[in-house]
Amino acid sequence: MKRKVLFFISAGLLLLSFYMVLVFVPTERDMGIVQRIFYYHVPLAWIAFLAFFVVFFASIGYLIKRRPLWDHIACASAEIGLVFISLMLVTGMIWAKAAWGVWWIWEPRLTTSLVLWFIYVAYFIVRAYVVEEERKVRFGAVVGIIGFLNVPLVFLSVTLWRTQHPPLTIFTDGLAGSMMATLLVCLFAFNFFYFYLLAEGTLMKADERAVRQLKEKSMRRNP
Amino acid sequence: MENAGYMLAAFIVIWTALLGYIFVLSRRQARIQRDIQLLQETLGRQD
Repeated sequence: MKRKVLFFISAGLLLLSFYMVLVFVPTERDMGIVQRIFYYHVPLAWIAFLAFFVVFFASIGYLIKRRPLWDHIACASAEIGLVFISLMLVTGMIWAKAAWGVWWIWEPRLTTSLVLWFIYVAYFIVRAYVVEEERKVRFGAVVGIIGFLNVPLVFLSVTLWRTQHPPLTIFTDGLAGSMMATLLVCLFAFNFFYFYLLAEGTLMKADERAVRQLKEKSMRRNP
Repeated sequence: MENAGYMLAAFIVIWTALLGYIFVLSRRQARIQRDIQLLQETLGRQD
């Protein structure tokens, strides 16, 4: 029931965000129409960071409590985070091509983001290659905790180093009211969508575990 | 409307990926439910 409510709220907000980004918000003077990518690029990045924070938190929870629920949350969140950071990288590349004339440059923000992407790909590789269930989950939790250490580096890379990526000035320099409203609606929409996906994903991981246990039980009876 | 193609490309990528992800999740969920039902029936017959 709660998941259905979350689904309908996020679907409604995503549709509203689509309308606001395409119709409501005025075209930015300097960058033109391509600046509209920003309203999705920023929330995609925010959700990826939030998802990886949840992985970090749930992985610590698992290592302390050893309850499968923590692992289900961590694994579901890592999957969502990987989808969102992939989209963040792709939309960033498209924006870069329009703004800088190149798809990619090896500057600090882009490079640290790509490293973050590889870390969470490694998270799933580790989980896929370790056969024993308990070890797989434990190793995954360790990667989830260590991997999160790169998130503050990605976030601060625009202030720590000289970079071509636009700085974090949207809240300090101030956006026009309609632009800020559009960004906030997109942020809200993606937050609700993330929590919907997390609820579904966590439940699915629990069901997958139940299937594995039932299969083991069946194999023990029919070796 | 300069660079409209880039904006369009970005929007197509975002929405296709998100809808595709929901589709993949729903397929996975259906498969798991099928597996659970099948295994429960198999184990029920053995009991």
